[in-house]
Amino acid sequence: MPASSPARVLILGIGNVLWADEGFGPRCIEILAESHAFPAQVKLLDGGTQGLYLLPFLEEADALLVFDAVDYGLLPGTLMVARDEEVPAFMGAKKMSLHQTGFQDVLATAQLLGRCPARLTLIGCQPEELEDYGGSLRPVVAAQIAPAIGLALAELAHWGVMPLPGQSPAEGLADPSLRRDAYETGRPGPDEACRTGDARFFPEPC
Amino acid sequence: MVATPNGFNLDNSGRRIVVDPVTRIEGHMRCEVNVDDQGIIRNAVSTGTMWRGLEVILKGRDPRDAWAFTERICGVCTGTHALTSVRAVEDALGISIPDNANSIRNMMQLNLQIHDHVVHFYHLHALDWVNPVNALRADPKATSELQQKVSPSHPLSSPGYFRDVQNRLKKFVESGQLGLFKNGYWDNPAYLLPPEADLMATTHYLEALDLQKEIVKVHTIFGGKNPHPNWLVGGVPCPINIDGVGAVGAINMERLNLVSSIIDQCIQFTNNVYLPDVVAIGGFYRNWLYGGGLSSKSVMAYGDIPEHPNDFSPGQLHLPRGAIINGNLEEVHDVDPRDPEQVQEFVDHSWYAYGEPGRGLHPWDGVTEPRYELGPNAKGTRTNILELDEAAKYSWIKAPRWKGHAMEVGPLARYIVGYAKGHEDIKNQVEGLLRTMTLPVSALFSTLGRTAARALEAEYCCRLQKHFFDKLITNVKNGDSSTANVEKWEPRTWPKEAKGVGMTEAPRGALGHWIRIKDGRIENYQCVVPTTWNGSPRDAAGNIGAFEASLLDTKMERPEEPVEILRTLHSFDPCLACSTHVLSPDGQELTTVKVR
Repeated sequence: MPASSPARVLILGIGNVLWADEGFGPRCIEILAESHAFPAQVKLLDGGTQGLYLLPFLEEADALLVFDAVDYGLLPGTLMVARDEEVPAFMGAKKMSLHQTGFQDVLATAQLLGRCPARLTLIGCQPEELEDYGGSLRPVVAAQIAPAIGLALAELAHWGVMPLPGQSPAEGLADPSLRRDAYETGRPGPDEACRTGDARFFPEPC
Repeated sequence: MVATPNGFNLDNSGRRIVVDPVTRIEGHMRCEVNVDDQGIIRNAVSTGTMWRGLEVILKGRDPRDAWAFTERICGVCTGTHALTSVRAVEDALGISIPDNANSIRNMMQLNLQIHDHVVHFYHLHALDWVNPVNALRADPKATSELQQKVSPSHPLSSPGYFRDVQNRLKKFVESGQLGLFKNGYWDNPAYLLPPEADLMATTHYLEALDLQKEIVKVHTIFGGKNPHPNWLVGGVPCPINIDGVGAVGAINMERLNLVSSIIDQCIQFTNNVYLPDVVAIGGFYRNWLYGGGLSSKSVMAYGDIPEHPNDFSPGQLHLPRGAIINGNLEEVHDVDPRDPEQVQEFVDHSWYAYGEPGRGLHPWDGVTEPRYELGPNAKGTRTNILELDEAAKYSWIKAPRWKGHAMEVGPLARYIVGYAKGHEDIKNQVEGLLRTMTLPVSALFSTLGRTAARALEAEYCCRLQKHFFDKLITNVKNGDSSTANVEKWEPRTWPKEAKGVGMTEAPRGALGHWIRIKDGRIENYQCVVPTTWNGSPRDAAGNIGAFEASLLDTKMERPEEPVEILRTLHSFDPCLACSTHVLSPDGQELTTVKVR
């Protein structure tokens, strides 16, 4: 790890908030932004499932920290940290977005262009449930947001980035109607709105 | 052999090939075909393998927030869904928007159209025609000559430039990161380009990446942020303060100048790179005219880009509205999304239940109740299907029909409707392209026709974007800086019950949202998306949808390598919106192709 602190840092949460534990990444960003004020060279971003469209943000960063739900085949809620060249292998292409441009491909594209951030850290959480359209984080995954943020702060400190208590601008965050509280309190129950998805193709009658 | 009412012959006696999932698309899709002993596709079955219950999760929400949810359905058409949603709510509540809001929304929609078409061609579809591995064998000098021949105005054309790109590509491939280009069938004889054309197109793949990151800035300026720009029922959320300096969020002259320069960059790229590439690549494949399917029979467009706010009459739309049935280009029917007899969805072959067979429901009365069951001739188990039974239910996609007809939607459908209506810009573009390539009109009805229509449309959208930019500037200079109408923002001003419809032309085709509002909350919400039309399964009468029709009669070079299937399906830019992307540590794409 180089000793100098990176000039520009991007903290990115990726995933779809409409798909239960898939929302882990964006929810981490939401909580981090509500509780910490970062110096101007640090950008917080809910990247949703924007795939290739996130490339410009990567190109403008010297260091990238990503929160994401990652299927490692471990126990639900298990956190895992990967760095630099380990990252792409962990960000596979099993299910993805933007016409199946997985984040792995976004990283590869940035590399092909010679503009990949010099430092990469992935903080991944093993999801419990994904096939719940309109659902929210399962408790075991929601409970890992705070520890994941702890890991991120330690990583950032290692990079020489020290946030203060406070808040970050909402610009990179989801619309208020999609923030976790509003989203959860406003959703219909599973009896009113079938939400289970397809584990090739529909595991149980709902 | 079965003859479908919409004029296709199906024969499922040959070998069955299963492609699951179809890659480089949004969402989850599976495709099964039967080929005869010549390798020609004689039966096609397209399946959406994804439950998408957006409709039900919007129940009980504030209608003014619906755009934010629909924006998250998928990773690509975010803005289009948001626009369709605010239009549906405005229609239901009788809200009119100001002129500036119309210009700004049109610019955002056109910007997304251009962005999507460029990304689709270079980053998703090109690999069906272009072989980046073959590009390593190209002579940079000959590539430079080719570039100057196909596009004399493009400044990036020196031998040194192509040599640099080739070296970068070589380094990338040698480092074992084929990443982006993995899962290709690079030695399949279906690839016909010489190495120089492959290098030129691969180079433009990189140039398109640079352009696409500029294009999105328009959304940041007008939508306040990107990704996931903000939208507003009643107008647009950004105030205009033309003389402002650095005012937070407001649109000032400095920002408008940036928009203007992005519009110019789009025009240059489309004219100097995108269109010449389509002509050049298309020229090498001019005899590969498969894939027409429904396009020569039944096509439909809702139309979009209204010249004046709140006026969706067909004569006022820059992207045309209309329906053509049974190949009769002499008669273009108008489309009315409110008419309960026109747009209806059927579920006889979809994993939903309506109660009685053969029943179609208008989206205002739409029901999204799942019923997953496999037909008696399906092979495998409920969770590991080896082969579907298309005589029974076989897809999560409903079957929308217009007056009972299966319709193709998308850029080609828009262009056929425009051509048939004598739309001046569209007619000129189409005739010019056919003249340049010395092809007959019938060549339009093909996979390449779809790809070419998208490129022509990108060019037309660039010009329209400039038109609305100038219109906005004139209006603002004349003293009108209004961007939103908030008269009916408060729910107490709304009727107790209301229903509305919002329509747009999404990059991949006609998109409609139908909403019912009761006591200030969403009571029912139905989206009929372009891929529902194109990816539709069979209906009770046996009509097949656009994907299925387009695959028929195509010759596969190697049935175990579905290049031709991908080529034609990708030409629709399918979007089976779902956008999950959980990652697996093995990092491998899991497509399987099974020849049974």
